[in-house]
Amino acid sequence: MKEKNLIPTQILCLHYDIEISFVDALNTMGIIHIEIIEQNQFIHRDQISDLEKVIRLHNELNVNLEGIDIVFNLLEKQQALRNELNSLKNKLRLYEND
Amino acid sequence: MEFVDYYRVLDVSKTATETEIKTAYRKLARKYHPDLNPGNNEAEAKFKEINEANEVLSDAENRKKYDKYGKDWKHGEEYEKARQQQQRYSPNQSGQPDFSNEEYSDFFESMFGGGKSPHNQGRSTKFKGQDYNAELNLELKDVYTTQTQILTVNSEKIRLTIPAGVENGQVIKIKGKGGLGSNGGPDGDLFIKFNISNHTQFKREGNDLYQHVDMDLYIAILGGEITVDSFNGKVKVQIKPETKNESKGKLKGKGFPIYKKEGEFGDMIITYHIKTPTNLSEKEIELFKELQKISAK
Repeated sequence: MKEKNLIPTQILCLHYDIEISFVDALNTMGIIHIEIIEQNQFIHRDQISDLEKVIRLHNELNVNLEGIDIVFNLLEKQQALRNELNSLKNKLRLYEND
Repeated sequence: MEFVDYYRVLDVSKTATETEIKTAYRKLARKYHPDLNPGNNEAEAKFKEINEANEVLSDAENRKKYDKYGKDWKHGEEYEKARQQQQRYSPNQSGQPDFSNEEYSDFFESMFGGGKSPHNQGRSTKFKGQDYNAELNLELKDVYTTQTQILTVNSEKIRLTIPAGVENGQVIKIKGKGGLGSNGGPDGDLFIKFNISNHTQFKREGNDLYQHVDMDLYIAILGGEITVDSFNGKVKVQIKPETKNESKGKLKGKGFPIYKKEGEFGDMIITYHIKTPTNLSEKEIELFKELQKISAK
């Protein structure tokens, strides 16, 4: 059942018109995680949106892989800060209503 | 149709070279790309504008048409065809068209009704559809339990399961329920923000609930049992003797459900307010005086 959510990287490369080496490099940099089952490489479907984002940033904005890694980290931090801000706003509301 | 000055959009002059246009586009695209501005509708709209401007100005043929026909540049070819047809069926002496440049727009309006030209199709860039943002107003008591709501987005009904414990201001993403993608790009997503108003006696902080409970002096001093409200009914609480005013007690697991963790709850924190007895009878006053004497010794 778990393997149903895994998509062979070869199929993804054909679909998105990218090189296998590109996906390998993403895996090496830790941007995308490749799972290897019986010597075949797969990507979990939850990572497809990240992969698409990487392809768009690379193709449309000419961002190299190191840059993409930085962008992903900064976006993650931005999201964490947004969540914290939201939680603080809620806390503030708690005292404002007093 | 509102005229869009593509040169102004890319902040380049009308005489800008291909390289200057490319550089300006890349600079703005890096700033406004939707992947770098998640949830920012303004940036997304700006990015589409920049993309459109680049599409026209980076293509020598399109740019020529845009410079010549302005807002009607997309109909340039139709115009040329129509002009040739006009010449075939009713050629005039000079072989020149019978209308001036100023008439182009009216001509196109009447001929094509301002509709989309097929020449505009076939963008090279896959473009994700627009993300939609919606807000859902709920009461705190509504999100104590998981519930289902049917939302209508673009006349499509979406069955939305709202897990218990969702936070005020929390945004959830429903993949692929935004605008349609273009050129094979993915559909946009639907982002729903929850506005949760609280009209209960409880205050919520994360998964914990807070409430103030009045308690009579005798229970505070001697200890005993009181009944307090919780979200799912009344709860009996044991009070220790000599409980101080404004002291706090914790009821484990009587708080709010933890988001996406079925069966797990936060705590309830109770602040005890000790009520001073009023309208005392003579007997009570006498006994309090007695107590006062004992405690003064």
